[in-house]
Amino acid sequence: MTTALPTTAGGPPAVPSPGDRAPRPAAGPLDSLVAAVPALREFGYWMRRYRRVWRGSVVISVVNPLLFLTALGAGLGKLVDAHHSGHLAGTPYLHFLAPGLLAASAMQNGFVEGAFPVFQSARARGNYPAAAATPMRPGDILAGHLLFVAFRILLSGALFLAVVAAFGVVGPLRALLTAGPVLLTGLAFAAPLMAWAVTVDRQSRLNGLYRFLVMPLYMFSGTFFPIGQLPSWARPIAECSPLYQGVALTRGTALGTVHPGAATVHIVYLLVLVAAGTVCACRGYTRRLHR
Amino acid sequence: MTQGGAAAPLIEAAGLRKVHAPRGQGAPTEAVAGIDFRVRRGEAFGFLGPNGAGKSTTMRMIAAVSPVSGGTLRVLGMDPAVQGAEIRARLGSVPQDDTLDTELTVRENLLVYGRYFGLPRAVVRERALRLLEFARLEDKADEQVEALSGGMRRRLTIARSLVNEPEILLLDEPTTGLDPQARHLLWERLFRLKQQGVTLLLTTHYMDEAEQLCDRIVVMDQGRIVAEGSPAELITRHCTREVLELRFAADEQAGHAQRLVAAGERVEALPDRLLVYADDGESALAAVHATGAQPLTALVRRAGLEDVFLILTGRTLVD
Repeated sequence: MTTALPTTAGGPPAVPSPGDRAPRPAAGPLDSLVAAVPALREFGYWMRRYRRVWRGSVVISVVNPLLFLTALGAGLGKLVDAHHSGHLAGTPYLHFLAPGLLAASAMQNGFVEGAFPVFQSARARGNYPAAAATPMRPGDILAGHLLFVAFRILLSGALFLAVVAAFGVVGPLRALLTAGPVLLTGLAFAAPLMAWAVTVDRQSRLNGLYRFLVMPLYMFSGTFFPIGQLPSWARPIAECSPLYQGVALTRGTALGTVHPGAATVHIVYLLVLVAAGTVCACRGYTRRLHR
Repeated sequence: MTQGGAAAPLIEAAGLRKVHAPRGQGAPTEAVAGIDFRVRRGEAFGFLGPNGAGKSTTMRMIAAVSPVSGGTLRVLGMDPAVQGAEIRARLGSVPQDDTLDTELTVRENLLVYGRYFGLPRAVVRERALRLLEFARLEDKADEQVEALSGGMRRRLTIARSLVNEPEILLLDEPTTGLDPQARHLLWERLFRLKQQGVTLLLTTHYMDEAEQLCDRIVVMDQGRIVAEGSPAELITRHCTREVLELRFAADEQAGHAQRLVAAGERVEALPDRLLVYADDGESALAAVHATGAQPLTALVRRAGLEDVFLILTGRTLVD
């Protein structure tokens, strides 16, 4: 038996050998960009996975707000508006609810995209360690994944906003403006969660956090009712919650009622969470992948 | 030095150590306790030892994914702490557990991995075709990895590790858990790579694998190197040519172990059998019979690396 390697017809040896490299086909502009920015390679991996499921995810992102806004906004909202007590300052309930739900769904997307896939990537599926064996640095892997999470938050948010616009709550320009607060709210949850999820050793911890943190936030952060309705001791707590900050910013932007001063506070608050989360995540990724 | 750059070692470790931070209140554990070795270009170099000997940790440090705790390590002339990404760009890595994405297809796994090296799309596509052929997975190219057998997954992992045309291929337990047929196919593929001039570094706790593939071996135990040489050298240096394996009734073995010392150069007692080391196993067996001992079974075989390890450490490789 000869030692020659199988070759493709007329091609180079089946197995690469140093110093005997195949002539390279020309690289396109996208190739140069990907060669220059490693994070885009990780983003490409997640997009390849997403390509398999995007249809279902788009349907869910449209149907979900449609159901909620119909049942709670248009249905329950009629009842609320009929017994109007002045707490909503003349805003129809549907208009109050829609941006609140939008921000809360950005939080949920931030959680779902930031927690479970990171846990699985670092452990069972092993795609993080696989990428770490290549020239990719842990920070590149994090940045690429975070970019994909941002894309998912933005895509779901955009579809949600389209539904909100269809209900006549916002015009196209305000809808476009509101995408910013939605992204910021989602990332304010995703980045710290990624920092934590990469260190977690059991999936039950992620489920626990969802039940005991995300669900209460969802209910009591001014999503369904103004936090002025809460007992006085609970109000300051609710105001400190990141979702409240996100809801207030999103609602203020969507309805055009935000004060510049308050908006600055919300934005800085959320940006600090994103930045702190990203810094911690970068350390956590390095510790996990370069042990 | 006289031979110029070509003779410079591809990998060089001196006093290499790895200490893992303690979990909870325990003491820090020293996984690698100061080892020295050099790997030359084109060589097949093996780390042999039981689980927990520090083989995988050493491999991870060479692969520039585990910071060195002490000593020096140079890979391709570079320091992993400083030029980790540059080193990884020129290495291929086959981890102990397959890290394939089972939801993607076989081809997609190659494409994604190739992109991680920053290679242009067209280059990766073309290489994926050749690697599918190398791994004998052409028929499975567009199937999900989920559907592959263990042996196929291992071949795919090896194919994937070649996508950047590496100069060094690191294989951590490449055939553990595979059936004999799958192992032989893998060995044959690895042998081809070696003949192509790829430097192979592998860890194993299988003697036959080390003997089949490696030009040179270091035997590791508890974080240290206890012996180094070619498989044949190690056997001649530390062991006799043949081994006589004797089985006795369970309660008789201890008594015989004492009396049979004279029959060979050395006697090792395992829980289920006695090993008598002698250059001529048949005459050792005659000597055993002459003492009046009556073993239930007696077998003469050639000495192997398993025996070298037993003699060096007093323990067997697979516990």
